[in-house]
Amino acid sequence: MNQRYTRLSGLEPLVITPQLLFVNVGERTNVTGSAQFKKLIKEDRYDEAVEVARQQVANGAQILDVNMDEGLLDSEAAMVKFLSLIAAEPDIARIPVMVDSSKWSVIEAGLKCLQGKGVVNSISLKEGEAPFLEQARKVLRYGAATVVMAFDEKGQADSVERRLQICERSYRLLTEKIGFPPEDIIFDSNIFPVATGIEEHADNAVNFIEAAKELKKRFPDSHISGGVSNVSFSFRGNNPVREAIHSVFLYHAIKAGMDMGIVNAGAMPIYDDLDPELRERVEDVVLNRRADATERLMEIAERYKKGTKEKDNGGALAWRELPVAKRLEHALVHGIDQFVVEDTEEARKTVTRTLDVIEGPLMDGMNVVGDLFGAGKMFLPQVVKSARVMKKAVAWLLPFMEEEKKNSGAAGKSNGKIVMATVKGDVHDIGKNIVGVVLACNNFEIVDLGVMVPAQKILDTAIAEKADMIGVSGLITPSLEEMAHVAKEMKRQNFSIPLLIGGATTSRAHTAIKIEPNYETACVWVKDASRAVGVAQSLVSKELVDGFLAKVRAEYAEVRERHKHRGSGKRLVTLDAARANAAKFDWKDYTPPKPRKTGIMVFDDIPLTELLPVIDWTPFFQAWELHGHYPENLGDPVVGAQATELFNDAQKILKKIVAEKWLRAKAVIGFWPAARVGDDIEITLPLPQAPLGGEGWGEGATLHTNVALPKTDAPPPHPTLSPEQVQGRGLMLHHLRQQADKPVERPNLCLSDFIAPKEAGVADWIGGFAVTAGLGIEEHLERFHKDNDDYSAIILKALADRLAEALAEYMHRRVRKEFWGYASDETLDNEALIAEKYRGIRPAPGYPACPDHTEKATLFQLLNATNNAGIELTEGFSMYPAAAVSGWYFSHPDSQYFVVGKLTRDQVEDYARRKGWTLAEAERWLSANLDYDPD
Amino acid sequence: MNPLPWKNPARVAALEAALARRILVIDGAMGTMLQNYKLDEDGYRGERFARGHAGTHAHGHGPSCEHDVKGNNDLLTLTQPDIIKAVHTAYLDAGADLVETNTFNSTTISQADYHLEHLVPELNREGARIARECCDAAEARTPGQPRFVIGVLGPTSRTASISPDVNNPGFRNVSFDELATAYTQATLGLVEGGADVVMVETIFDTLNAKAALFAIETAFDTLGARVPVMISGTITDLSGRTLSGQTAEAFYYSLRHAKPLSIGLNCALGATELRAYVDALARIAECNVSTHPNAGLPNAFAEYDETPEHMASIIGEFARSGLVNLVGGCCGTTPAHIAAIAQAVRGVAPRKLPGIVEAAA
Repeated sequence: MNQRYTRLSGLEPLVITPQLLFVNVGERTNVTGSAQFKKLIKEDRYDEAVEVARQQVANGAQILDVNMDEGLLDSEAAMVKFLSLIAAEPDIARIPVMVDSSKWSVIEAGLKCLQGKGVVNSISLKEGEAPFLEQARKVLRYGAATVVMAFDEKGQADSVERRLQICERSYRLLTEKIGFPPEDIIFDSNIFPVATGIEEHADNAVNFIEAAKELKKRFPDSHISGGVSNVSFSFRGNNPVREAIHSVFLYHAIKAGMDMGIVNAGAMPIYDDLDPELRERVEDVVLNRRADATERLMEIAERYKKGTKEKDNGGALAWRELPVAKRLEHALVHGIDQFVVEDTEEARKTVTRTLDVIEGPLMDGMNVVGDLFGAGKMFLPQVVKSARVMKKAVAWLLPFMEEEKKNSGAAGKSNGKIVMATVKGDVHDIGKNIVGVVLACNNFEIVDLGVMVPAQKILDTAIAEKADMIGVSGLITPSLEEMAHVAKEMKRQNFSIPLLIGGATTSRAHTAIKIEPNYETACVWVKDASRAVGVAQSLVSKELVDGFLAKVRAEYAEVRERHKHRGSGKRLVTLDAARANAAKFDWKDYTPPKPRKTGIMVFDDIPLTELLPVIDWTPFFQAWELHGHYPENLGDPVVGAQATELFNDAQKILKKIVAEKWLRAKAVIGFWPAARVGDDIEITLPLPQAPLGGEGWGEGATLHTNVALPKTDAPPPHPTLSPEQVQGRGLMLHHLRQQADKPVERPNLCLSDFIAPKEAGVADWIGGFAVTAGLGIEEHLERFHKDNDDYSAIILKALADRLAEALAEYMHRRVRKEFWGYASDETLDNEALIAEKYRGIRPAPGYPACPDHTEKATLFQLLNATNNAGIELTEGFSMYPAAAVSGWYFSHPDSQYFVVGKLTRDQVEDYARRKGWTLAEAERWLSANLDYDPD
Repeated sequence: MNPLPWKNPARVAALEAALARRILVIDGAMGTMLQNYKLDEDGYRGERFARGHAGTHAHGHGPSCEHDVKGNNDLLTLTQPDIIKAVHTAYLDAGADLVETNTFNSTTISQADYHLEHLVPELNREGARIARECCDAAEARTPGQPRFVIGVLGPTSRTASISPDVNNPGFRNVSFDELATAYTQATLGLVEGGADVVMVETIFDTLNAKAALFAIETAFDTLGARVPVMISGTITDLSGRTLSGQTAEAFYYSLRHAKPLSIGLNCALGATELRAYVDALARIAECNVSTHPNAGLPNAFAEYDETPEHMASIIGEFARSGLVNLVGGCCGTTPAHIAAIAQAVRGVAPRKLPGIVEAAA
C-alpha cells in the first residue's frame, strides 16, 4: 500500500495505478477545442453545456478537462459558473476536474470551486523560474496535481533533447525547491501535428514518443500526457482519418510510457479495428517510416472521408455490385430492406437447402451486427432495423423451408427458446419488444405472449414450448410484486429453467432481495437490451451456465447481506413527527382560485397537430437507449448520427399518424370542491339530489360505483366505493406523507398540504384528468407486425406515449389558462413547459408524489374515464391503451412535485385504516415504499 | 509542505511521542454539557453584554444589542468563562489528553447570525487561552500525562460547493475567498491564544475545508511558524458520503495535501455506523486516524442515549482492530463517556502508520 500513486478525487477517488494503463481526459468541454461547446457557452446555454460534460463522463472520461479561454468571454466567470453547475451533478462531479487555461487567474478561480483534488493545466517555465514556483506553491496549497508544459523562457520544446532538458529542469525545481510530490507532476511535452507537408514536422510524433520513453525512465512516479488531437491537425475535416491517427499515435505513445491524454473519449477507434491499409499508411506517417508517407496517406484519405457519408451521395448503391452474401451482410448491418427479398431469393438459388441461406449469409450478417453492437459500435435502433431486414428475408424463405421440411423432416437449430411476457396488470412492452428483437437477432427463438399475461399462462406456455428460459418484464411498481409471484410459482411447480427479470422499475437490488429468494434455481436481472444477449447465451451454454449462475447467486447474496446491514438508507421520523412538520400555508390571506367551471369536461377528438409542438422528445430517445437530451443529442459525436436517423424515421411515421388519423386523442378533466382532512382530501359532491345518469361526478352528475375492467375476468382487488360511503361525508382521496428526517425548514410533504384544511373554512378545489393518445393503435401495430416491421411498430408505440404526455401537458396548460383559469396570462415556451416552470402541478397516482396506484380507481370514477376517454384500468391499475396519462391538478402557488419515499409501519397502518384495507393489503400495494420487511 | 518551523517544537515533539506510544483521547461534547446549565438570555449575555447597555460594554454600540444571543455557545467563553473551564476540567479529569476549544462557531461567517463578527478574534484567542489554562493545570496535577489544546475550526453555517437554492444549482452563498478570510482570522486567534494544534472539524463540505486549510497556511505565513493540523470530516448518513457527496476515500485525497497530523471522522453518526468509514480511512491514510462519534443516533426525542459503557465497548473494538490513533466523543458524549473510552483503549497499541514514502523535500 501507499505506493507513490497519484490520488485525485471528485466525489469519488481516482488513484492512478499502473493497471489503469491510460487515463482518458475528456476534451469536449473546452471552448478552444470544440466549436459546439464554445457556441453553448457564448450563448449562455449552460444547461446544454453541462450535458456535454455528462456525455464525456458517460463515454469513459476519467478526468474532465474544462477550458474557457476565449477572447470574448469573461473566462474566469465562465469557469466558475460551469464548475459550480457540474458540482451539482453527481454523475459528472464524481470524476476529478482538470482546470485548463493559459491564464493563471482563470486557473486559480477554477481551483476555488473544486472540493476534490483536481489537476491544473498547466504551468511552465515560460515566464521564468519565479512565477513558475509561485504558481506551483499555490497549486500545492489548493491541493491539486499539475500538468507541466515543456516550455521555457526560450520557447516550446520540439526536439527530444529540449523536451527532456525542460522537463528535467521543471521536475528538479518542483521537487527540490518546494517539495512538490513527483506523482502530482504530469508532463505535457507538446504533441505537434504530423503530415503537414513540411519536412521538419515529419518527426513530430516520433520525437514525442522518444521523449516519453526517456521521461518515464527518469521520472517513473510522474505522468506523461498531451492533447492528442493536435497530432492529426492537418487532416481536419476528415474525422475517420484523424481518429485513425489518434489511435495509432496512442498505441505507440502508450507503449513508450504516455499514461494520460486529452482525448475525445467517445471517438476512439480500436487500433486492431482500423482498416489494415489505412493503419499501415497512418503508421508510416506517425512513425515517419518512409519519405512519401504523407503523400500515400493523402492518396487514400478522401476515400475514408467519403465512407462516412456514403448514404448521402450518388455512390450509395455501390454495394449492389458486391457478391450476394456481402450484399446481404451490408443490408443487415445498414438496415436496408429495399433489396432484401431479391437478394435472399438469389442466395436461395445457390444452395441446395433453403436453411443454408439462414445459417450461412444471413446469420453471418447478423453475427457482424451482434459483434458491432456488443462492442458499442452500433446502437439499438440500428439493430432493430437489422432485425427488420432479417425477418423479411426469413419470411421470404419460410414457405420454401416448409416445403423442404415436408420432404425431409429437418428443422433449423436455434440458440434456445425464450418465453417472454409483460406480467399481469401491466401493459408496457416497448422495452420487452426491443429485448425480444435483439435476442431474435442472435438466433434465439422468442415466444412473445404480449402484455398482461397471468403467471400460469407464462408457465404453461414455457412447458408446452419446451422453453429454455422465461423472461418477464414490467414498468409499473405493482409489477414487481407480480414478478415475485411468478418466481414463487416456478418454485412451487418445480421449474428448473432460468427466470429473467427486466423493466424500468426492476433493479439488481430488488431482484436479489425480493425475487430471487423465491426461486433460487436461477433468477437473473437483465439491465437492458444490450445485456440480454450475453445473459441468454451464458444461460444456454453448457460450459458457461454453472459458473455464470454461481456468480449471479453470489452477487445477489452479497446484495442481500449488504441490505441487511444497511439499516434504512435514510433516517425516518414517525408519522406524528412528519405530520407536525407538514407544509404550513397561510390560508387567511390566500384565496384559492375557483375554477371557472366545476364538474367534468370531455374532449372527444383533440387534433394531434395541437400536440406536436408540446412533445418532449428526450424520453423518446431514452426508450431506444440513446441517452442525452434532445435536440443536442442529434449532434452528439457518439449517438448523433443514429439519433438523427431515428428521429427522421419517427418524423415520417408521425406525419402519417397525423395525416391519416392513425391515433385518436381523448381527454376528460374535472374540478371538485375539496378540503384537507388529515392527510386525505375530501371531495364534496355538489348536488346530492342530482339526477342519476350523468357523465361522472360533477355538477349535476352522480357516481358510477365501479370501474370497468374488461381486460380481465378477475374482480378488482380493491374496495369499490358505494354511494353511501360518498354521500353524506364526501369522497376521500388518500395521500401519503414523506417521513424522511428533514433539515430544519424543509417540510415533510403530502399532496393534501396543498389543499385548504376543512377547519380553515376556505373554499378550495382539486382537479383530475385522464388523457390518451393511443386509441386506434392496434390495427397499425398489427399491420407492422404482419409486415415483420418491429422497428416501425416500436416507433409507433413510443410516439403514442409521447403524444399522450404532450396531451397531458397541453391540457394542463389549458386548465391553468382557461378552465381553472388562475394563470390566464401565462406564456411559456415548450422548454419552460418541460422544465415545469409554471404554477400548479399534475401528479399521477403511482408516481413518486402519490405512489399508491389504486387511487386511480377513485380518479377514474370521478371522471368516468373509461366511458369518457376510452381508457381502461387493468387489475394492476395500469392504463390501457398504454399511451395514457392520468392524475390530479393542484393550483396552490407553492404546490410542487416531490418523492414520498420510504414509509414506516405506523404510516402504513394508518393508511390501511383510511383505505379500509388490512395491513397486509396496504403492504402489498405499497411494497416499493416500505422501509421495513413486512411480517 | 510549508517550510516554516514549528511554533513550539517541544510541544509537537511531546505530542508525536505520545501518539507513537498510545492511543490518545480527545474530549467529548461541549454543547450538550452546556445545556445542563440551562442558561437563559441573561445568562448568555453575562455582565459584559447585559441588556440596557449596563456594565462594561466592551463591544461597539450596534445592532447586536437588540439581537438575542442565547444559544451562541461560543460567547460563553467571554461571558461565563468559569462554566467553560469547568467543562474542560471535567473532561481532563476523565482522562482526555486533548481538549477542544469552545470555538466551533467563532468565525465571522457563523457569528454573523448574532451580529457579533467583531468579537471573532477575541473569541478564538480567549477560547484557546482558557483551554490552555485548564490543560496546564491538569498537567501539573498529573505530570506524566501531557495535555494538548486543539484549536477548533468549525464548518461555518454555509457551504461553498452546494447551492442553497434548488432551482439554481450554480448559486453559492459563500465563496472560497470569504471562507479563507474568515478562517485565517480564526486561526490567528487560536494560535495566539496558545493552541497546540488546530483542527478543521465536522467537515460536511470538503471545499469549505480546503478553504480552511488554505487559510491555515496563510495564517502560518503571517505568524512565521506553524502548528500541526488535524482534519475531521462528517459522513452525514449511511450512504457513506459527506453532505457534499464525497466518499471517505475521496474526502481524504482532497485534503491530503495539507500533510495533516491526523485525518478522521466525527459527528452525525454513532460509532457503530461510522466503523466502515473509519476503516476506509485507516486503510489509506499515511497520517494518524481519529474518530470522535456521537453517542449513538438520536432517539425519538432527538436525544443521544448511548451509554458510556456501550460506546466505549465499540470504540475499544476499533482500537483492538488497529483502526485508530485518537478517539473521543462528539454530540451527546459526557465526561463519563470519555472516562469509559479512555479506559477501553488503555494499553491497546495505536494504529501503525504505514511506511510513508516521503516527498523528495
